[in-house]
Amino acid sequence: MEKSDLKAQMLSYAQARAPQTPIHLQALHLLEELEIPTTKHEEWKYLNLKNLLSRTYTFANGNQQESQFPQSIPNICDNNSANVLTFVNGVYRPELSCLVSPPSELTVCSLLEAKSNYPNLVDLYFGKYANADQHIFAAFNTALEAQGAFVYVPNNKVVETPVVIRCIACPKESHLLIQVRHLIVVGRSAQLTLVEHYSSASTPYHSFTNLVAEVIVLENAHLQHYKIQDESATASHIGLTQVWQLQDSYYANTTISLDGELTRNNLHIALDGQNCQAYMNGLYVLDNKTVTDNHTVVDHRKPNSSSNELYKGILKGKTQAIFNGKIFVRPNAQKTNAFQSNKNILLSPNAQVDTKPQLEIWADDVKCSHGCTVGALDEEPLFYLRTRGIDEENARALLIFAFAQDVLERIELPSVRQYVEKSIAERLKMNL
Amino acid sequence: MLSIKNLQVAIGDKQILHGVDLEVQAGEVHAIMGPNGSGKSTLAAVLAGREDYEIISGEVIFNGKNLLELAPEERAGEGLFLAFQYPVEIPGVSNTNFLKAAVNAIRKYRGQEPLDAVQFLKLIKEKMKLVNMDQSLLSRSLNEGFSGGEKKRNEIFQMAVLEPKLAILDETDSGLDIDALRIVANGVNALRNKDNAILLITHYQRLLEYIVPDYVHVLYKGRIIRSGDKNLALELEEKGYDWIKAQVEAQQPSL
Ligand SMILES: Nc1ncnc2c1ncn2[C@@H]1O[C@H](COP(=O)(O)OP(=O)(O)OP(=O)(O)O)[C@@H](O)[C@H]1O
Ligand SMILES: [Mg+2]
Repeated sequence: MEKSDLKAQMLSYAQARAPQTPIHLQALHLLEELEIPTTKHEEWKYLNLKNLLSRTYTFANGNQQESQFPQSIPNICDNNSANVLTFVNGVYRPELSCLVSPPSELTVCSLLEAKSNYPNLVDLYFGKYANADQHIFAAFNTALEAQGAFVYVPNNKVVETPVVIRCIACPKESHLLIQVRHLIVVGRSAQLTLVEHYSSASTPYHSFTNLVAEVIVLENAHLQHYKIQDESATASHIGLTQVWQLQDSYYANTTISLDGELTRNNLHIALDGQNCQAYMNGLYVLDNKTVTDNHTVVDHRKPNSSSNELYKGILKGKTQAIFNGKIFVRPNAQKTNAFQSNKNILLSPNAQVDTKPQLEIWADDVKCSHGCTVGALDEEPLFYLRTRGIDEENARALLIFAFAQDVLERIELPSVRQYVEKSIAERLKMNL
Repeated sequence: MLSIKNLQVAIGDKQILHGVDLEVQAGEVHAIMGPNGSGKSTLAAVLAGREDYEIISGEVIFNGKNLLELAPEERAGEGLFLAFQYPVEIPGVSNTNFLKAAVNAIRKYRGQEPLDAVQFLKLIKEKMKLVNMDQSLLSRSLNEGFSGGEKKRNEIFQMAVLEPKLAILDETDSGLDIDALRIVANGVNALRNKDNAILLITHYQRLLEYIVPDYVHVLYKGRIIRSGDKNLALELEEKGYDWIKAQVEAQQPSL
C-alpha cells in the first residue's frame, strides 16, 4: 500500500462522516491539504514511516464491535487506589473502569459523554489548544471526532487519587488504526496526578494508535502527568500532547517509552502566563527494533517562567531514538529560565540516536542551556563494580539504572515508579 | 597465597612492568614503595583484573588458581580486594544497594546463600563501627561528592564487609589527616589474621607505624629493586630514593 493510500482512505472516511462543527470542518480542510510526512519534511527527517504505511488498516473509530475484551489488562495502579478509565481500541469500557473520587472534586468520563453532559465545558476548551495543523494525523483525529477521556478538576479542588487512563490496543481480525482523543482541564488552584498508560494485547495484527491530548492547566493549578508506553512490537503510536499553562501553574510531564514498533510523541507546552513551571522528563529504554521519536516544544510566551527538560535514553539491539527539543522564547518573555538535556547510552553498535536541540530566543534577558550526549557505558565504574564481585552483566545493569536514576527520581507516584523500574529491570535482565 | 613470577605488562606500546617477582604468604603484610610512575598502581590494577593492560609474560598464582585467567569479579570471589588509589564516583548507585549486590555476588560465587535484608543490615552496622563510617554516607550515591578521606574510608569499609583473603591498598593513606589515618589503620589491623594478607602501596612511613609490615619492597621502573624489612621504609623516609636508584643503575646501566 502506498502512502497516499492511507491519506485517501482517511479522507474518504472523514468525508463520509460529514463533520458538523467549525472545528471539525476546519480539520477536514487540513486533512485535504496536508500530506503524510516523509523524511523530506524537516520535522520527520529521521523517522521513517515506511513500515507503518505498508499495511492496510481497519479504522476503529468508536465502533463498539471492534472493542473485544483483551485477555489480560496491564495495570499500573490498583483499582480503588486510582480512578481508572479503560479504553479498548479507543472505545470507553465502563465495566473495566473504576471511579473513586467524589464528583464534586473530579469529573471523569468519556469525551463522548462529556459532549452531551457538559457541553459548555467541552466547547470552552475542546479544539482550542491542539493544533490540528501540526500534522495530518492530528487533523484526521480532529476531523473524525475521535473519542477518549474527559477529565475536569473544578477550581480549588485537590484530587488525592490519581486518574489513570488505560488505552489498550487489541486488534483481533485485521490491522487496526485506533484514534484516541483526551481533554484534560485542571481548574484554578486545583491539583491532579494523571497517568496515561498505553499497552497492547499481543496479537498477530498491527495496531496504530493516533492520539491527540489537550491539556489545560489554569492559573495556579498543579498537574503531574505521566505517559507510559508499554506496547508490543506490533504496536505503533503517533501522539500529539498539547499543553496550555496559565499564570503560576505547575506542569510536569514524564514520558516513558518501554516498547512498541514505532512511537512518535509530540509534546507541545505553551507557557502563556507569568511564573509558570514546566518539567519535561523522558526516559526511553529500547530493545529489538523499536523506534522512538520525541519531539518537544516549549513556548515561553510570557516573562518569568521556567522550563526544565531532561530526556534520557538507553538503547539496545537495532533500535533508534530521535530527540528534538525546541525552546521558543518570545520577545516579551524576559527572565525566562530554560534548561534542556538529552543523554543517551548506546549498548549496541546497531543502535542509533539522532538528537537535536533547537533554540529560538527572541528575548535578551534569559537563561537558557542545553546539552546532549550519546555514548557507551563508562569503563571505569564498570571495572570498579566488577572488582567488588558483581559480574559484568549485573554491573552494567546497575550502571544503566544509575544512568536513568535522575529521571526515575522525578516520578513522584510510587506505583508508576515501581512499574517502570520493574519493566526496566526485566528489560535489562537484572538479577540483583 | 600470592606468587608473582616475572610479570611484564604493557599499556599500548609502553611497557610499564619489566618483570616483577613477589611472594606473599598468608598472615603477612607487604609494603610496596617507590617513586611516582614506577608502576605500583599498574601492578595493583593488573592483579585486580583491569583489562586495558597487555600481559607480555609472567604468571600470577593466587591460592592455587591462575589469577590472570579470571575475570575481575571471579578474583573478588576468590578473595582478592583492591582499595583504589582513586575510588570511582558512581552517581545513581546507592552505597548500600551496591554493597548488598557485592556481598551477595561474592557469596553466590562461594556457593553460600545470599544474606537477607536483616542479616545484611546487621553486617554493615558492625563493620561501620570498625571504620567510624557515617550512616549518611551509606544512603548516598557511591563515592559521589565524598571527600578524599571519606572515599578512602569507604574503601576500607568495603574491605571490612567483603573480608578478602588478600587486600591490596593502593595509597589508602595518601591525603588522610592523622585521625582518619588512625581509623583506617585500626580498621585494617582489626581485620588482620593468620589467614589473610595485605599488600600496602604507600609513599609514607607514617602508615607503616600503624600497620607494621613484614616486608618492604621498592618498585622502580617496573621492577622490584630492593626488598627488606620495616627498617627499609625508615631508611627511605630518611634518605629518599636516590641512593637506591644510584646503586641499581650502577649495577644495571640499562635501567
Ligand atoms: N592508561 C595509561 N596509558 C599510558 N600510560 C599509562 C597508563 N596508565 C599508567 N601509565 C603510565 O604507567 C606508569 C606507571 O603508572 P602507575 O600509575 O602504575 O604508577 P604509580 O607507581 O602508581 O605512581 P604514583 O605513585 O604516582 O601513584 C606511569 O608512567 C604512567 O604514566
Ligand atoms: Mg599509583
